Amino acid sequence: MAAAEEASRPFAGLSDVSISEDIPVEGDISVPVGSSRRDEEFSTLDEPVKETILRDLRAVGNKFIHVLYPKRSSALLRDWDLWGPLLLCVTLALLLQGGAADNDDQGGPQFAEVFVIVWFGSIIITLNSKLLGGTISFFQSLCVLGYCIMPLTVAMIVCRLVLLGSSGTVSFAVRLIVVTASFGWSTFASTAFLADSQPPNRKALVVYPVFLFYFVIGWMVLTFSPSQ
Amino acid sequence: MASPNDLQFQEFEEATELLSADPGASTFSISSSNSTTAAGTGGGGGGGEEVKLDLSEDEEDQEESSELLGQKQTGGFWTFEYYQSFFNVDTMQVLDRVKGSVMPLPGRNFIKHHLRNNPDLYGPFWICVTLVFSVAISGNLSSFLSEMGNPAFHYRPQFHRVTIAAVVIFLYAWLVPVGLWGFLTWRQGTERQIGGYSFLETVCVYGYSLFIYIPTSILWIIPFEWLRWTLIVVAMVISGSVLVLTFWPVVRDDTKAMAVATVVTIVVLHTLLAIGCKMYFFQTVIHPPAPVPVPTTPPVHVSLSTKSH
Repeated sequence: MAAAEEASRPFAGLSDVSISEDIPVEGDISVPVGSSRRDEEFSTLDEPVKETILRDLRAVGNKFIHVLYPKRSSALLRDWDLWGPLLLCVTLALLLQGGAADNDDQGGPQFAEVFVIVWFGSIIITLNSKLLGGTISFFQSLCVLGYCIMPLTVAMIVCRLVLLGSSGTVSFAVRLIVVTASFGWSTFASTAFLADSQPPNRKALVVYPVFLFYFVIGWMVLTFSPSQ
Repeated sequence: MASPNDLQFQEFEEATELLSADPGASTFSISSSNSTTAAGTGGGGGGGEEVKLDLSEDEEDQEESSELLGQKQTGGFWTFEYYQSFFNVDTMQVLDRVKGSVMPLPGRNFIKHHLRNNPDLYGPFWICVTLVFSVAISGNLSSFLSEMGNPAFHYRPQFHRVTIAAVVIFLYAWLVPVGLWGFLTWRQGTERQIGGYSFLETVCVYGYSLFIYIPTSILWIIPFEWLRWTLIVVAMVISGSVLVLTFWPVVRDDTKAMAVATVVTIVVLHTLLAIGCKMYFFQTVIHPPAPVPVPTTPPVHVSLSTKSH
């Protein structure tokens, strides 16, 4: 019966072990430090500043390339960052300045208006997709929407260059084509990244606000008219 | 004592007659989809009790009865799930509601027929946003087209109009339903109406009724005045009739004067919004052009500006 009891209770033999008070217990507890990745991540204090900055820049540049050739990859989603969207938003807002009659309010959007539209628009679209049951996280969605503004920023640069040359009907036609193409590219790229995380019978409900968002930004890019 | 066979679902006006005929009967005021079962159980178990559950006033019973209907009023207003329950719609449902707002048929109450106890906030919000941008952009385009032949004209994006459009449209689509719902609830309280609408349903029907203005505002780019006025009348008729068809069954049990006054107010506010948008955003500028050559200006300017009409 004792054997059966012992077999049925693991560590049965240890129940009687006790340490008497006069035997001191001492020793060393140390974690073996090997050459593991986790170790490198925690000790970036010693690396030169240039390396730190370059690492972030390389991550941002990598994501730009993913937007240029949008496939269903998870690189944008996995390692989200908001540097890229901030950079793009500031560039776009700066390029939209210097328009017609900047000092009166008949002109294009002010710097703050562009910021508000981009960031609050992204936040509202993200909230919308989460409320409809999407599984993407808040910052991942902000990251994707921000990075996909890149084609429209490139279009803005092209438009300004075209406007340096002439501002007649031909330049308008060229700008229209460029802006339409980049608007389509932005929408396509962002839906390629976002589509998987939505419930299937609500995809259109989530894609439409994205379409509207890039349409409005495209409108702002297209209607930029230089001061004369 | 009424037997279960005698109790069937009746329209609202007959329910009031039944109630006045037999004040001892139990009444349930829930929506049509479940009322046969509810009336059956109420009649079978009620006997001579006076059991009245008025959903709009008693929150506990509202929660219970909405669980009867298979919905979940989850969480308090500080949880995310609470707001998720307002977005519980599929693409096909939203499209169906939009279609219902564009083609109002008499006898089809938008709230009863299309919302079916599942009001959503997706439709009203995004229809308002789309309307804001479509009105601002179309207004900008129409003023550009009307002045295209004028060499003195310099195109301006007029981006501040987006802000103004946003304020006006969002105030209309959210404050007017608050006022209307409050007013109807107050009247309902004093007059014992049956079947008032919840706040969300009121906001929902107002939001969806604005949908017709989106294609209208795009068509307003075409620069013919008679066409614009025709379009505005058509749009006002359609969306006004959606609102009237929805609110008339609730209001008509009130005194005649109040009923007519309520409906007239709804229509007038709607008309003001439409005409206000048209007047502000789609001004056809009839001008002597802005740089009018005043005799005191130097001759250089006079020779440069040509009057194109």
